[in-house]
Amino acid sequence: MSNHQTTFLNGNEAIAYGAKLCRPEVIAAYPITPQTKAVEKLSQFVQDGELDTVYMHVESEHSALSACIGASAVGARTFTATSSQGLLYMLECLPYAAGARLPIVMMNANRAVATPWNIYGDQMDAFYALNSGWIQIFVESGQEALDMVIQSYKIAEDPRVMAPVMLNIDGFVMTHTYESVQLPNQDLVDGFLPSFNPVAHMMQDDQPMSMCISAGNHHNQEFKVRQHLDLEASMAVIESVGQEFADAFGRSYGGVLESYRAEDAEIILITLGSVTGTARCVVDQLRDSGKRVGLVKLRVIRPFPTAQLASAVKGARVVGVFEKDLSFGYEGSLYTNVNSALMQQGVFIKSINFVGGLGGRDVSQADLFEVFEKLENADATLAAGAVHYTQMRCEP
Amino acid sequence: MKDFKMVPVPKLARLSDMPMGSSCLSFHITEGNAGWRVFRPVIHLDKCVGCHRCYLVCPDGAIHKEADGTFVVDYNFCKGCGVCAYECKPKAITMEKEDQYV
Amino acid sequence: MSQVKLNARNITTDEFFYGHKACGGCGESLALRLALKILGEDAYLSLPAGCMSAVSFIYPNMAFKNNAIITPFAATAAVATGIEAGLRAKYLSGKRDKAPLSVAFAGDGGTADIGIQALSGAIDRGEKFIYICTDNEAYMNTGIQKSGLTPFGAATTTTPSGKVIRGTLTEKKNMFEIVAAHGISYAATASMGYLEDFMNKVQKAKDAPGPAYIHVFAPCPTGWGHESDETIDVAKEVVDTGLWYLAEFENGQFKLNKSFEQFAPITPYLKRQSRFKHLLEEDVAAIEAARDLKWETLRTWK
Repeated sequence: MSNHQTTFLNGNEAIAYGAKLCRPEVIAAYPITPQTKAVEKLSQFVQDGELDTVYMHVESEHSALSACIGASAVGARTFTATSSQGLLYMLECLPYAAGARLPIVMMNANRAVATPWNIYGDQMDAFYALNSGWIQIFVESGQEALDMVIQSYKIAEDPRVMAPVMLNIDGFVMTHTYESVQLPNQDLVDGFLPSFNPVAHMMQDDQPMSMCISAGNHHNQEFKVRQHLDLEASMAVIESVGQEFADAFGRSYGGVLESYRAEDAEIILITLGSVTGTARCVVDQLRDSGKRVGLVKLRVIRPFPTAQLASAVKGARVVGVFEKDLSFGYEGSLYTNVNSALMQQGVFIKSINFVGGLGGRDVSQADLFEVFEKLENADATLAAGAVHYTQMRCEP
Repeated sequence: MKDFKMVPVPKLARLSDMPMGSSCLSFHITEGNAGWRVFRPVIHLDKCVGCHRCYLVCPDGAIHKEADGTFVVDYNFCKGCGVCAYECKPKAITMEKEDQYV
Repeated sequence: MSQVKLNARNITTDEFFYGHKACGGCGESLALRLALKILGEDAYLSLPAGCMSAVSFIYPNMAFKNNAIITPFAATAAVATGIEAGLRAKYLSGKRDKAPLSVAFAGDGGTADIGIQALSGAIDRGEKFIYICTDNEAYMNTGIQKSGLTPFGAATTTTPSGKVIRGTLTEKKNMFEIVAAHGISYAATASMGYLEDFMNKVQKAKDAPGPAYIHVFAPCPTGWGHESDETIDVAKEVVDTGLWYLAEFENGQFKLNKSFEQFAPITPYLKRQSRFKHLLEEDVAAIEAARDLKWETLRTWK
């Protein structure tokens, strides 16, 4: 492709290149493993004069997102990146930015949450922010990560959306793994993503605004419900931006979710993030042996693609939800969301929750073969509702 | 006197009338503070020496400087705290019971 | 640099903070009102959760004329410098024709307690912004709880005058010198009792090339238990007793703006406020001793 350059990048670098191509006016970030290489790369671009941005060396994640709130509130395109404890430290600022309708884009390198301490990847951190009003996107590859940074700005800054986007990328498995990545030319990105200026609800010279105001019990609920309905409606924008991106860049990821060999499948596994790649290989092998199995990769979990998911799995006999997440005392949060969506859409099929890969435990093909085997025998051996833990070192 | 025109409370017939985000136009003043007062400051111009003290010290900015150099209280926004009278050296401001003006 | 000293006669008659819901006689609201007359309508304002935001951003009644934002409590300086960065980026790229003027107003708790980390980081980065701490010596918006700037002896709702412990046991944190220790461009203390001094310090902060900090003593009649009309007088008396001082930090040097051969007696200052009513003679003596010790340093500043 003449409008692309082939590079060899890890996920952090892919995100950094993606952000650079979007010409952020302000970057404020605080280092945390495993996100560090992304902010180091961006810093290098700035120090080398390759990226014209105001880079703020903030003293914490709370200040990183707060600085982005300030910059975004005056209409500057902003970028930040965090992970795990850092995400939790800035958590207060997430609904703040969303309520103010600020189109901030943030990379979150998914990592386990302490305690016990662990720097490796799982997705529990993102789920703490599920109710924050941010659009939450999960990616599977370095290429998708880079492409989704560009799409994230396009989505966030759409006047119908005006919501911040959290771009989730699995810690280490993706942030530190090198892949061949097609790097789009600057002109191509500039044509897709015009520069950003303050809009009506933001602070500006000719029409001073008061932002992040109080609203008492007379108005608060209406503010919140409007925000919720707008976030629900952003689903259509996410899909149309994906289409527009495909037209311009020649790459498509299938909208808010991707069905893989799921059309006639009787067993479908639902995945999030990098484990999808492993699951694809397993599905291919099971298909070769004649099993009717498929895969649905959720790419966006806020807004939640309720109707799309129901439509993608409705022909199956059983669905499994594999997630690197656990809501203590209940079940995996993704599973809760999936079940609610299917119930709401009148799709009553057996669903099983698999929780694994916590604290960076590698999820192998063998692990997923076992998951599919359990799903195949779901009626006989597995009770719906119970959480099943993969790769345990001892009996649960 | 400067006119800090109060604007009506916005009508919110449907959700789309709500502001985008937690934002509102600045200086969007929808109500006064007159009801707070128990005492009101009354400026006696015959005693006023034009020192600007009352205008300077008013926490609400409710004492306005007129073009002719006199000072006038904006009773829509004066809360009756009495700082102006306390600070007035020539005692040109008296605090008077509000109920006699109702 | 402005050469003419600012006073009540030559400041603008425009108001930038009007119709707010602060208590009658509120010292903080006067500090904001006068500061904004110096800063003007180009200033973008950041205020954390606290009295001044609670009284001026209640939908649909907005009391600031300027662009203004309520920040997360801990993040005043981070948001203010974020605004500065955003406006500077627009200025440098030619999308905006004015250099940014970003101003933060926060209370004592928002500054010395929960906001001190973000403030330290922001000053350390050296970006030009102005931070004005309106100090009323307790968390007033939540109902008069002790902060790091509550003085020794003061009763608050979390350090009441009890049967065993009489009010606050700790001394006021020294924010002015903490800020100065960063090597800040400009820092000053001020008081609502000396308004011209305050206004001229705001002008100096505006003219400073880098970050600037003003710590202004701003009485709270509701929280301190004095009459609402005594706000200015209380704020003057605290300076005259030597319990607060007017000083500046510029070019790496401290400077004392107002010195005293003899202080006004402290007992009348304390006893006019109900927060100090319970103090015994020994407590007053301790307050006096702490003042004298502080002034040994202050007198070396010249």
